[in-house]
Amino acid sequence: MSLVLEHIDLTVSGEKHISDACLSLEPGSFNVLLGHTLSGKTTLMRLMAGLDAPDRGRVLFGARDLTRVPVRKRNVSMVYQQFINYPSLRVFDNIASPLKLARVPRDEIKRRVEEIAAMLRIDHLLGRYPLELSGGQQQRTAMARALVKDADLVLFDEPLVNLDYKLREELRLEMRKLFRSRNTIAVYATTEPSEALALGDTTTLLHQGRILQSGPSDAVYHRPASAEAASLFGEPPINLLEVTITGSELRIGRTAFPLPGPLGSLGDGDYRLGIRPSHLSLTPLHDDDLEFCVEVGVAEISGSETFLHVASNDLELVLHLGGIHDFPVDSAIRVYAPSTKLFVFDAPGELVRAPSLAA
Amino acid sequence: MSYPKNYRKLLVMVAYLAFVLVPIYWLVNMSLKSNREILGGLSLWPNDLTLDNYRVIFTDPTWYTSYLNSLSFVSMNMAISLAVALPAAYAFSRYRFLGDKHMFFWLLTNRMAPPAVFLLPFFQLYSSVGLFDTPIAVALAHCLFNVPLAVWILEGFMSSVPKEIDETAYIDGYSFPRFFFTIFVPMIRPGIGVTAFFCFMFSWVELLLARTLTSVDAKPIVAQMTRTVSASGIDWGVLAAAGVVALLPGIAVIYFVRNHVAKGFALGRV
Repeated sequence: MSLVLEHIDLTVSGEKHISDACLSLEPGSFNVLLGHTLSGKTTLMRLMAGLDAPDRGRVLFGARDLTRVPVRKRNVSMVYQQFINYPSLRVFDNIASPLKLARVPRDEIKRRVEEIAAMLRIDHLLGRYPLELSGGQQQRTAMARALVKDADLVLFDEPLVNLDYKLREELRLEMRKLFRSRNTIAVYATTEPSEALALGDTTTLLHQGRILQSGPSDAVYHRPASAEAASLFGEPPINLLEVTITGSELRIGRTAFPLPGPLGSLGDGDYRLGIRPSHLSLTPLHDDDLEFCVEVGVAEISGSETFLHVASNDLELVLHLGGIHDFPVDSAIRVYAPSTKLFVFDAPGELVRAPSLAA
Repeated sequence: MSYPKNYRKLLVMVAYLAFVLVPIYWLVNMSLKSNREILGGLSLWPNDLTLDNYRVIFTDPTWYTSYLNSLSFVSMNMAISLAVALPAAYAFSRYRFLGDKHMFFWLLTNRMAPPAVFLLPFFQLYSSVGLFDTPIAVALAHCLFNVPLAVWILEGFMSSVPKEIDETAYIDGYSFPRFFFTIFVPMIRPGIGVTAFFCFMFSWVELLLARTLTSVDAKPIVAQMTRTVSASGIDWGVLAAAGVVALLPGIAVIYFVRNHVAKGFALGRV
């Protein structure tokens, strides 16, 4: 059965935390909620779980209206950003507690706890107390507890944020595996676009309590509905330039460019041009690439890739380049944007044109 | 050349302990002497060691029942204070309700009044409802001072437990009482220890209310100790022995909560 949110509103002490959220989540799907801190991800999850009740709107599970059903009567589980376990219970009893409360027979509890613990590789720690474990092990315990009961809805609220990089990668891979064979609705909140792409069957973009866009992750990434959605779904965020098209001329600030072929169908007017940092290059690829003469601001070099911040009088751009490119500050360089990779949004920010995937 | 430095440190420590322990030593010293020796002159240790004073304490019913009276109202008070303060502190720590902050502070203002203020109302009230001269009367009177303190201390401990634990428990399907007693209470066990200790500390040493609200049947040890003057004068030895015995429960309680009290101080609520 699918979980449906219908026009959910939530106002907390005069402040609108969630406004008019509509969402439909299918069983067996892994859904990512992507948004900045304070965008309402946690609030939305709490509404899904039933920890909070909305001011307006309905939460439906299949045909059943769950809006006013308290969390205890729902079949959900949740993993928090902090490592939340019961410190007074051993790891085994921590994982077993939802089953014990559901009056599952003792030997079945043992079997299921051991099975899930083995999957999460904490089976050798079952006799310990949570506070004797490392952070990663504590979070695995919390995840095991969430997964051991066959919940209809499993919520992950940035569960990997407090873990170190390597563990995060490792757990992220496991998460996908754990859900492959389940008929559960998984919801996963994160601030990182790369997690949405790596994990999510679907991605929902949240910004200031509003759902900007929701759909299959690839589709949302490749066809962002608005400039806001595009800048949210990408790290570093997409470069947005205010442009004006008149006849066959594209004008950015005081600089005029010949209108590139793929944008030929656009009428005269003001637009916003979106260029992903990874699409910009230091060498021209096509004849009708947009060529920008800019000065280097900062070059952030992280291992094998470089984030280059450049600016001219009219624009500021961020480039995401493979390999190490070290430029002295203020050196003048040329940057090229392939015309086939341009996103075009109209002045209010709605998508007008997305680059076709074939190009 | 660390030797002289350590030596000096040791000297300071010994001097400190000597000053602290002299009164207690003197008490023990006196309790093991006969009255004649106590009044006879200065002796640093009992020349004529006797356990007679202790024999009086443990055989004379007016003495040992007063200990039992004290212990009974102190433990009643600890039980009542905790039973009332646990849910109250939970509410203050977890819920926002009308006037919660004012109420929390108002609770503490109860402790700002000297106990003597409440003497007359308690005396008159208890006399008219037939509670006068019972241990429960003293236990209830002390609650006026101990419950606010207990709520204050416990709230600090409870607020340091993340709210997500409560929510996880509800998500797992725990009922509130089951969650509270099997998950939550074990987490704040140090807090409960500290609270019980402070309730004990107030109730065990409080003299004014305890003496006024009792006469014969429920007379506490502190009151009994003020009534040792007889026709033949003050019985110094027995009084000293009573003092030594009165220290013992405190020592026992301190032993059990010694690790937790430091935590309580660290939380800034004690």
